[in-house]
Formats: sequence, C-alpha cells, structure tokens
Amino acid sequence: MKSDKFKETLLGPLNKNNPVVVQVLGICSALAVTVQLKPALVMGLSVTIIVALANVIISLLRNTIPNSVRIIVQLVVVAAVVTVVSEILKAFAYDVSVQLSVYIGLIITNCILMGRLEAFAMSNKPLDSLLDGLGNGIGYAWILIVVAFFRELLGSGKLFGFQIIPESFYEAGYVNNGLMMMPSMALILVACIIWVHRYINKDLQEK
Amino acid sequence: MEHALSLFVRSIFVDNMIFAFFLGMCSYLAVSKNVKTSVGLGIAVTFVLLITLPVNYLLETKVLSKGALAWLGEGFADLDLSYLSFILFIAVIAAIVQLVEMVVEKFSPTLYASLGIFLPLIAVNCAIMGGALFMQQRVGLEPTDPKALTNMLDVVAYALGSGLGWMLAIVGLAAVREKMEYNDVPAPLKGLGITFITVGLMAMAFLCFSGLEI
Repeated sequence: MKSDKFKETLLGPLNKNNPVVVQVLGICSALAVTVQLKPALVMGLSVTIIVALANVIISLLRNTIPNSVRIIVQLVVVAAVVTVVSEILKAFAYDVSVQLSVYIGLIITNCILMGRLEAFAMSNKPLDSLLDGLGNGIGYAWILIVVAFFRELLGSGKLFGFQIIPESFYEAGYVNNGLMMMPSMALILVACIIWVHRYINKDLQEK
Repeated sequence: MEHALSLFVRSIFVDNMIFAFFLGMCSYLAVSKNVKTSVGLGIAVTFVLLITLPVNYLLETKVLSKGALAWLGEGFADLDLSYLSFILFIAVIAAIVQLVEMVVEKFSPTLYASLGIFLPLIAVNCAIMGGALFMQQRVGLEPTDPKALTNMLDVVAYALGSGLGWMLAIVGLAAVREKMEYNDVPAPLKGLGITFITVGLMAMAFLCFSGLEI
C-alpha cells in the first residue's frame, strides 16, 4: 500500500501530472535554455536537485513556519539552495553556466519550486516530499530534453555539439532550419508535445 | 538622454521580456483569458519593476559588485559580495512588493481593488527577478554598448520599457484568446496547446523588430 503511494508520487509527475505540460509551471526556463541539449540537460539536473532539496528542507520546517511569512521563508530557502548550485556550476562547468546566464538565478522564481513547496512540501512528510521533488524535477527535465533534441538536431544538425547530419546531406542541398534557433519555435514545439500528450491522455483534454 | 530613449524602445520591442526571453510566462499564460484582468496585471508588473529595479541597481553598484563597498573606507575596497546577489535581490523584491501592497491599500483603495490578487503574486513573477538579473549583467558592459546601463536614468528607462513590453504582450494575447473562444480547435490542442502556438506566432512577428537599429 505504502509503496504504491511512493510510486505514484514519484512517477505521476512524469506523465499524467507533468509540471510543464499539465500543471503549466516553469515554462520560462523550459523554453529559454533549449537551443542545445547540453544546457538543457544541466538545467534539468539543477532544477531536479534544487526542487528535491528545497522540498525536503521546507517539509522538515513545515510545522515551525508561521503561515503569514511562509512565502518569504520559502523564497529564502530556495535562494540559498540556488546560490549553492550556481556557485558549483561556476566552479565545475563554467561555459555551461555562462550559457545559462540569468536562467540559473531565475530558478528561484521558477514556479515549479514555489508550486511544489506550497502544494506538497508544506503538508507532507520529508520522504514523500523528496520523491515528489525528484519526480517533478525529472518530469520537467524530460520535456526540456525532448525540446532541445529537436531544436539542436534541426536547427544546427548537431547533438551535444557533435555533427549528426552527414556532410553529404548538405552537399545534396539540405539546409539547417534557422528558425529552430529562434525563441518562437520552442513555443511551437512545446505545443506539439502537448498535442501528442493530450491525444494519448484523452482525459486531460480541455472542453 | 538619447541612450535612455533607445534603451526604452529596445526593451519594449527588441528585448521583449516575453517574446525574446520568456520571462513571466507562467502568469502570462494563466491570466491572459480576458483583456481587463490582463491590463491590471500588466500595470502591476510595470509598477513593481519601476520600483524594484532602481533599488536593486543601487544595491548592485553600491554594495554587491567587486569594489562597490569602497565608499565605506579603505578596508572594504576589494570586497566582492556578488555571491549574495540572488538572496538580496529576491528579499528586496519580496519586501517591496509587500510594502507596495500596504501603501496602495492605504492610499488608493480603488487601485488596490483593481490590482487585487495580482500584487502578492508578482513577488514570484520571473519578469521582476529577470529584470534584476539582466540589470546586473548589463551594468558590467562597456558604456558604448547599446545595452549598457550606465546611470539611474537608463535603469528607469529600462524598467519602464520592460514593464510596458510585458504589458503589450499580455494584452495582445488576451485579445487574441477572447476571439479564439469561437474557433474550432482540434480537441487535444484546446486551451493550453493553441495558446502556445499563438504565443509562438506572436513571437515570430516580434522577430521583425530585431533588425531595428536605434
């Protein structure tokens, strides 16, 4: 019984309760860092770690936080965790942290964090909150990776910076789709994911 | 003065918060169902940006960046507190939003009623934090760079432009969505999906401004 609940908390956000395409949280960064796979992967990983950690911390503190100042407490906890992650990235993956620029700092105001802290960590035990954080982080990361995969493959013919589309294609007249590098195509790709997702999960369709 | 004017126009059209950087997307998608509320949210965002950005600018140039504390005396001249910037910026934003909410409630109940629930939500709107972080990046640029923020006037112009650009985007989307109510959209795309496509097309239209030389 108990393991069923754990499974649901961990795996639910991957599909039926996905933070990006169902709960509509954390769209800002999901769109902005997906020009290439590498920053998208790093971003997904950072958000997963931050959500899980912040969820556990808030969940441990949940009985001591007065209701009236909870938003500020949550923001400070998140800001502290984000600062640590950002300093680690600067130290060990400097070029990626430059590519992600302000979006690392913006994880603080990423709605996934505030949404999960408010909706889950404030009323659940630390272990459940950890699983919820991991589930939501991974649910967010896979959307990022799918979007980045198509944008990098079609936009520059590369994956992780390695040339995938062979030279002979270009000689035969194949051209990279420059539009894929533009912000607008990220939105349309997410729309396509939503389309497929809701076509499969008919109960999520809006009237 | 000219530089401030060009920053103002650029931040509305070229560096639009929504269409170029996707900042404030969550509330943008959630609150754009009708024009009236979206105007309210747009005004609130502009207002808060206009107040928090100058404060954060002072914080950045007088406290946080390397050597900024020199005015305190010799011993502080090579201190670099920039790792504190996330925590301080978000604290300033949260505190000012709270303060603005109280002041508005006291002195202008009508404005308070129209902004209503949006004010507290703005503390976690990424457009505000994003504005502060972009400001931090732009302060370090060469003064000749068209994006550089060199003095208070530039910062105010940038804040006002970013806010108005955000408002323009949300009011535009709300107007489109109001009309779209009557369209026959494929069932899986209804609601969220078609909104994304609409924003994508709007962003594509705004791409034309990127060639603008000001």
